[in-house]
Amino acid sequence: MRTRAGRGPAVGRAPLRLLLPAALAVAFLTLPLVALLTRTPWSQLLGRLTSQAVLQALRLSVVTSLAAVAVVTVVGVPLAWALARLDFPGRSLVRALVIVPLVLPPVVGGVALLTAFGRRGLVGAPLDTAFGLTLPYTTAAVVVAHTFVALPFFVLSVEGALRATDREFDVVAATLGASRWTTFRTVSLPLAGPGLLAGLVLAWARALGEFGATITFAGNFPGTTRTMPNAIYVELQSDPDAALVLSVILMAVSVAVLALLRDRWFDVAVQGAVRR
Amino acid sequence: MSDPFLDAHVVVRRPAHTLDVHLRAEPGEVVAVIGPNGAGKSTLVRALAGILPLSDGHVVCDGETWEEPRRGVRVEARRRRVGMVFQQGLLFPHLSALRNVAFGPRSRGESRGDAEAVARDWLGRLGVGDLAERRPGQLSGGQAQRVAVARALAADPRLLLLDEPLSALDVGVAAALRLELARHLARYEGASLLITHDALDALTLATRVLVIDEGRVAQDGSPDDVARRPATDHVARLVGLNVLRGVSADTSVRLPDGSVLVTATPARGEVSASFPPSAVTLTAGEPVGSARNRWRASVTSVAPHGSSVRVHLDAVGGLIADVTPTSSARLGLVPGASVWATVKATEVSVYGGEEANR
Repeated sequence: MRTRAGRGPAVGRAPLRLLLPAALAVAFLTLPLVALLTRTPWSQLLGRLTSQAVLQALRLSVVTSLAAVAVVTVVGVPLAWALARLDFPGRSLVRALVIVPLVLPPVVGGVALLTAFGRRGLVGAPLDTAFGLTLPYTTAAVVVAHTFVALPFFVLSVEGALRATDREFDVVAATLGASRWTTFRTVSLPLAGPGLLAGLVLAWARALGEFGATITFAGNFPGTTRTMPNAIYVELQSDPDAALVLSVILMAVSVAVLALLRDRWFDVAVQGAVRR
Repeated sequence: MSDPFLDAHVVVRRPAHTLDVHLRAEPGEVVAVIGPNGAGKSTLVRALAGILPLSDGHVVCDGETWEEPRRGVRVEARRRRVGMVFQQGLLFPHLSALRNVAFGPRSRGESRGDAEAVARDWLGRLGVGDLAERRPGQLSGGQAQRVAVARALAADPRLLLLDEPLSALDVGVAAALRLELARHLARYEGASLLITHDALDALTLATRVLVIDEGRVAQDGSPDDVARRPATDHVARLVGLNVLRGVSADTSVRLPDGSVLVTATPARGEVSASFPPSAVTLTAGEPVGSARNRWRASVTSVAPHGSSVRVHLDAVGGLIADVTPTSSARLGLVPGASVWATVKATEVSVYGGEEANR
């Protein structure tokens, strides 16, 4: 291990009883990924990738996860702002409500969504009778399920970023004659940029991998609701090799986007924030 | 009698302390608000700016009532025409200097082009026109604070609030900016309020000094008054500084009584010369050392001051000197006693004067 000033031998040797569990954790986290890569039938990769079913699932996953991220952004940023900047009664209750889906098992989330938006659900039934709209088992339902699980990650991340920006800047903007909306748009949001970006990536990754709530609320129909995780689940029961290939593809997409963000925006945004 | 330009009675009640301060100012006046930490200086500024609500009292500026809780009047901060300069500058870190300064005019509805023209003008006036495209992270402390002053003035405020604008800067940088600030404050048409804990700022930049202690006005008077005749011991401790006004030619300042004060700093025109009480040496007989400023004086009062003794003298309109208890006893310092006071030229700081000394 490399040693640096302040972390090196000056403060004494790192104790084994800390190093060993740490190494174990790294091994535990890496091993499954290594196994996945070694067991993948690479020769089949190209063939599988271009197969109709895989392309369909991949396209659906990308479209629904991005749609969910869009919805999450539109409602999540205002919610994060309200939590970070407004003093209102019951704010801690609201924050607790926002966190619940974070700890809720996704399957339970799916069931809950059904009871709310299902054909006989709390909101679903009137929606059905009034407009003939039914949500479950449609592509829209996939987006709803993704949004439900991804929103808390996003809100917490952006709220943290907004809190980290000096509130005195809001005061400065007010003394310069700016309305709260202008201040939000031109000061708070740009300053929270890196946190916003991190929230987007987290939310998107969460949506892309979402399985439990999706399969419960939206089902698993090829073309409309069979996303990549759903497809992996199906293939694992009939054709384990295919499941491996799909898993590697999903992993590659996630890692590629993360790497891209890191290089293109992440560093720039973070540096910009640090330079102040 | 016409109403004052700024008429404020600021009452802010907090669980721990209460601020209750009367404040009036005319256009062009620079009121220094001085006081120890926790005296309520920042609370006063924030209340005037509309960031902190009044518990009672009123704020009227330029004929417009900004706040009066009893009548339910409260104009929000962004609709008050105040300009604020903060101790830490607080420039928006993601905007260039130009766009920071253009922020005010832009918020008040000017087009981007007009706002940036105004901003360029102000940056130029503060001597940082060539830094317009820089981000705050690329500016030095002094440059950033100039941009912050430009930003406050570009919004065309009626009331300028400066909250310890120099205290975060290096001594040299602060001295340069102090001079420049004095020029801008002298030209500014609205009223200015300068919050400071530095007596030097208060006595050199202000036309009036308001001393606040424990939430109340301890003294309100001209800088000379406050420095020479502090109302309380506390005020004396806060503003203990000798300030002499006169006309400078090179390194001599001619004082109103005709005597000459020798300094080490060349300057021209009307200046304030200041030196701390500790720089004044007292002797029984005529001094023989190298100090070129010497006055024969009578002691008007003697009082303990921390670990030393503060002596008031009747020379040049009133001098204060700090001496050790030992020398006080040796010199037999009692009211009416006659002594010689000397100050070295190098101990005297000179402020103001014409551009030549910039």
